Amino acid sequence: MADNIIRIEKVTKQFAGGAKAVDDAHFNVERGEFFSLLGPSGCGKTTLLRMIAGFEFPSEGEIYIDNQASSLIPAYQRPTNMVFQSYAIFPHLNVFDNIAYGLRKSGLSGGELKRRVNEALGMIKLDGFGARRGDQLSGGQRQRVALARALVKRPKVLLLDEPLGALDKKLREEMQIELRQLQKSVGITFVFVTHDQEEALSMSDRIAVMVKGKVLQIAPPQELYEAPGNVEVASFIGSINLIDVTVKSVGAGEAVLDGAGFGQLRARAIDDLKAGEKLVAAVRPEKLALVSSRPGSGSFVEGTVKASAYLGDRSHYHVFVKGRTTPIYVAAQNAERAMTGGFDTAKSVYVTWDWQSLILLRR
Amino acid sequence: MSAKPAHAPARMGDPGSGLKLFAIAYLIFIYGPVLFLPLFSFNDSIFVAFPLTSFTTKWYEQAFADEKMIGALISSLQVGGIVAVTSTILGMFGAKAVTRYQIPGQGLITATIMLPLFIPEIILGISLLILINSVGISLSLITVTIGHIMLCTPFAMAVLSSRLHGFDRSLEEASMDLGETPWMTFWRVTFPLAAPGIVSSLLLTFIVSFDEFLLSFFLAGQEPTLPVYIWSQLRFPNKLPSVLALGALILIASCVLVVVAEWVRQLGTSEQKVGV
Repeated sequence: MADNIIRIEKVTKQFAGGAKAVDDAHFNVERGEFFSLLGPSGCGKTTLLRMIAGFEFPSEGEIYIDNQASSLIPAYQRPTNMVFQSYAIFPHLNVFDNIAYGLRKSGLSGGELKRRVNEALGMIKLDGFGARRGDQLSGGQRQRVALARALVKRPKVLLLDEPLGALDKKLREEMQIELRQLQKSVGITFVFVTHDQEEALSMSDRIAVMVKGKVLQIAPPQELYEAPGNVEVASFIGSINLIDVTVKSVGAGEAVLDGAGFGQLRARAIDDLKAGEKLVAAVRPEKLALVSSRPGSGSFVEGTVKASAYLGDRSHYHVFVKGRTTPIYVAAQNAERAMTGGFDTAKSVYVTWDWQSLILLRR
Repeated sequence: MSAKPAHAPARMGDPGSGLKLFAIAYLIFIYGPVLFLPLFSFNDSIFVAFPLTSFTTKWYEQAFADEKMIGALISSLQVGGIVAVTSTILGMFGAKAVTRYQIPGQGLITATIMLPLFIPEIILGISLLILINSVGISLSLITVTIGHIMLCTPFAMAVLSSRLHGFDRSLEEASMDLGETPWMTFWRVTFPLAAPGIVSSLLLTFIVSFDEFLLSFFLAGQEPTLPVYIWSQLRFPNKLPSVLALGALILIASCVLVVVAEWVRQLGTSEQKVGV
């Protein structure tokens, strides 16, 4: 069995007079892992994080932190520390005292405490900022101080509540890389809450996708993107084309399907497929390509370009296919330099793909 | 005063000077009468009227010699001090409860605590008097203090809730997350951050109590507070000048107090604490 630092066992949180914020969550977080809770706002991810921190308590179920049942342990006795969304830098204390705040009861000597805080300041590259007050720091610096203040306690688990949400795009991307490196070097388990899927995909070892209080899928980033477990996860992570299909026949590892507007389709079979079963075939826009003449073989469908957008590195097309109400979304890489070209609106085109890129999902 | 829109850019000064005039008139209206207190307190005449006669400090000597008046002053200071501290503590509990926890019936609880602000004092005074008499407690400064606490707690709670609303709740959570108990969190985070509100609350409740007449009048018994004593002396014209002298001193003390409080508040916000 893997070494699980956090075990969330059938946890439900129901606020007075409200819907279930977290509905029967059941999963583990491994020691040393960078684990993300990803979902739209209001999906319960922050509530789940706050239950791990001890600011909220489960209505049902139990959270084990390092094999200890936590429901009777208050926040101030838990081996977890948190980086708050607002950073919560104490405005009446300077940077040094903010970072030293949690060490007061640790029994460190004055010199040792100073050394630990200065070491933390070095870690976040804010040497010499100890005497500054919180309101004299930029957003990125405040975020670093909040991080140092939590890490200096050497927690078993660091909880991060959308810590990069308030930063501008460039700084956010820098901090993503820095956070990931920091996590690797300190070896502490990170539980990271975010609504930003790119952030989650680029940083995490594993991601739990939450929608409306339910954990829909837990998987490493690549698996989540390339093999989503259901339609909801598939449409939440990135964009995707969904095609309603009916199974015609099932062969060795391969299924033949009938798709609205697509005619016959091939896809990799999934478990327990039966002829006549209705499913959804999903395909990512970047797995599709456009050609102007009819391909001799392979998977393709004829359509008309309805709209196009040139985005520099890539172009996006909406292709209308007869028999479908929603257009097919194609993202084409502009791999070659071209001053003209692309596919004009109203032009008749063929959308092609490798048959193995189709993902079969049950509703 | 009525600048035409077309001329407005050239006559930008006009609205400002009108406002200035209004501000000056307003200040005179508010503070003018108060300034007569020190003026007549140095006037060598038993009649509080113009023209002024000659300068004297005898009313101050008379005021300090009046043991009953000094006794009433001390009573008022004692009551005010106890009321300020007690109602600020109670107000803090109340403010913390309504701003930090979700309590069933919260609106009703807040309304109940705030209600004394909206009940006419004379009604409060009479009903308290009836209650205290029927319980059989004799009237004294203690009953005045109880009445004043009842009156002042809503003021304290209003000041402190707005202060507690004003700062990020996650600051207190961060403190607990970093290992401090709720009690230490209060002292290390809530208290220093609420300090300006606490100072305001202490001042406000002290002033309300010090100044309060109706409740004290009903509940004081044989130990008058200063306002009650002054009211009782207004029948004797020869006492009036020494009342003015005391009034002038209180006025100066209030000014000093407010200036000091503001200074402390500013010191608190700009201070840089070093070390743990």
